[in-house]
Amino acid sequence: MTYLTRTPLSIDQLVADVSSPARGGTCVFLGTVRNGPEETGVKAIEYSAYEEMVEAEFARLVADATKRWPDARIAVRHRLGTIPAGEASIGIAAAAPHRAQAFEVCRFVIEEVKRRIPVWKKELREDGTEVWVDPSGHPTVRPSDSPTHA
Amino acid sequence: MHATSATVRVRFFAHYAELVGRSEAEVSLPFPATVGDVVRRVREDLPGGRQLPERPLTAVNLKHVKLDASVRNGDEVAFLPPIAGG
Repeated sequence: MTYLTRTPLSIDQLVADVSSPARGGTCVFLGTVRNGPEETGVKAIEYSAYEEMVEAEFARLVADATKRWPDARIAVRHRLGTIPAGEASIGIAAAAPHRAQAFEVCRFVIEEVKRRIPVWKKELREDGTEVWVDPSGHPTVRPSDSPTHA
Repeated sequence: MHATSATVRVRFFAHYAELVGRSEAEVSLPFPATVGDVVRRVREDLPGGRQLPERPLTAVNLKHVKLDASVRNGDEVAFLPPIAGG
């Protein structure tokens, strides 16, 4: 399977991938391109990735989750390319026999994505500027400004 | 190639690719070598290389590794900017 797409995410497909009468709880998480009070006029975000590694790392991540919650099923897709504010960049569906597990698995997957999956984003702003974003959600410090730079 | 050297394919992504003006390079270095040796060589030899951090996130053959991981001839070594997915 592929974990990447360049088209809008389908929640129905994600849920269909994990649904079963044996799994009574399904938790869906969507990460959406944000343009709120903390942002500076974000029109869209351009997502890029180390695509071969994303596929490999997602497979390892899902295997890790399934080992921890053997009764759970997980579907996850990350969208790449230019995504307008308000549209989803990642969708996760986690189904388990009971709701507590479904919430736990879903939370585990998104937190691991943030830590492990090599995807990067560049904000495209209304004023025409483009800024790489770091994991804290702030504009990337240029390496020449970084204290770790020689 | 000489038996005592290793050649690796280096890949750059996102902000790092912009800093060095390319998405990949080939680097030869004495064997045995570590990812840290590859990073040092890239920073010394590539135009713009000094703008890369001394201790970037790295991957070898699609797996996250630390800088003391060894590299072999033919490996793919990736320089990964801080991960920002989701």
